[in-house]
Amino acid sequence: MTQTILKVENLHKSYGKTEVIKGVSFEIKKSETKVIIGPSGTGKSTLLRCINQLDRIDKGQVWLEDVEITKSHIDINQIRASIGFVFQSFNLFTHLTALDNVRIGLMRVKGMKEEEATKIALEELKRVGLGDKIHNYQAQLSGGQQQRVSIARALAMSPKLILFDEPTSALDPELIGEVLEVMVNLAKEGTTMIVVTHEMGFARSVANDIIFMDDGIILEEGPPGEIFKNPKHKRTAKFFSKITQLEGEKAK
Amino acid sequence: MGTLISIELALAFLGLGFVVGIPLAVGEVYGNKFVKNLAVLPIVEFFRSIPALVLLFLFYFGAGSLNLNFSPFIAALLAMGFRSAAYQSQIFRGAIKSIDVGQMQAARSIGMSKFKAIRYIVLPQALRISIPSWSNEYSSVLKDTSLVYALGVTELMRQGRYIVARTFGNAILVYVICALIYFVIVHFGVKLLDFLEEKYKIPGYEIKKVTTRA
Repeated sequence: MTQTILKVENLHKSYGKTEVIKGVSFEIKKSETKVIIGPSGTGKSTLLRCINQLDRIDKGQVWLEDVEITKSHIDINQIRASIGFVFQSFNLFTHLTALDNVRIGLMRVKGMKEEEATKIALEELKRVGLGDKIHNYQAQLSGGQQQRVSIARALAMSPKLILFDEPTSALDPELIGEVLEVMVNLAKEGTTMIVVTHEMGFARSVANDIIFMDDGIILEEGPPGEIFKNPKHKRTAKFFSKITQLEGEKAK
Repeated sequence: MGTLISIELALAFLGLGFVVGIPLAVGEVYGNKFVKNLAVLPIVEFFRSIPALVLLFLFYFGAGSLNLNFSPFIAALLAMGFRSAAYQSQIFRGAIKSIDVGQMQAARSIGMSKFKAIRYIVLPQALRISIPSWSNEYSSVLKDTSLVYALGVTELMRQGRYIVARTFGNAILVYVICALIYFVIVHFGVKLLDFLEEKYKIPGYEIKKVTTRA
């Protein structure tokens, strides 16, 4: 039996009077890749931000392994250090080089010595294919390179899982591939990942499980083969037909 | 002699202003409403709304009447140091607010506390952005040290006046020399700050010369 890494139960989140997440529950096991898809504005990104509590949740529980991290006395900083987060807009620290971006967490959060932190940071930068860009600042990197540094920054903390919030949505089409390639490799190596994305190709080929969200709830969940071929809900089918249409038009 | 005292005063005022101005700015941006409304804003408003000379008199003569006998230097330091803190806090506040919120979120996402995120991510960027405006504050504070004259501290201006009195000398000449000395100190200080701005610029974020034609 594989170990459950994260469990979300009946999560609710509102902004003002608008309820964005209306009771979401799911869990993810070690080494799984779960992809969350669905129309814009259905709370996918909010869900990710609620998991590591960058956004405060209103109701519900989240467990990381067997610790309930939504309890008030929990040291959330320590928890966040073990949950990687990759942002749509990269958010590299602009005053730091790629190397410093990756090792600052090791040094300032984990209290590691510079030498040790540098060693790990260099390994992670090599892993995302940027061993030759370690002294570049954010502005000296392409979007795809920035996102790969930010993945290395998350990896360096040796997180129990990584949350990806539309990691390729802000990229030029020709840069998407290099980021997806890194993510595909991570999935192969057994990294536990939750990915919000509109990249259906990635979802189809990499996900163990797909969650389709609409209007703040999980409409359906299942392996890609099932969900793409025989969606149970009309809404899911409609979403896929729209996407297929779009991809078809691109092909023309 | 007087010149050195003026420089020392300016450094003391700016130093206190920096040390107090940073927490004021951080408190104003990140503090809850109690910190903001009961601590930060009253201090900032008080010291920005009262003329420097009045502040000096309040801290020297006013404090004296409350049996707090400050030396002229301490009174001047408190009045002008906190005054500079109020102005510096607004320079830093503007700089902090100009930094993308994604920076803070990314810092929190790798497990930094709010304090660490401010210390290691936000402030290093904000301080760099602050240098040009801070150079303005530096030149104001340096020149305002001449007001401390009124409390009897022998800074540059008072020294000048003594020289005029002692030597029955040419008052105009002495004051022109004083003016030149101020000019030179401000000038070299500003050059030093320009140098720091250049040295610590973040690649891609430097303020570029406009090259487009109007």
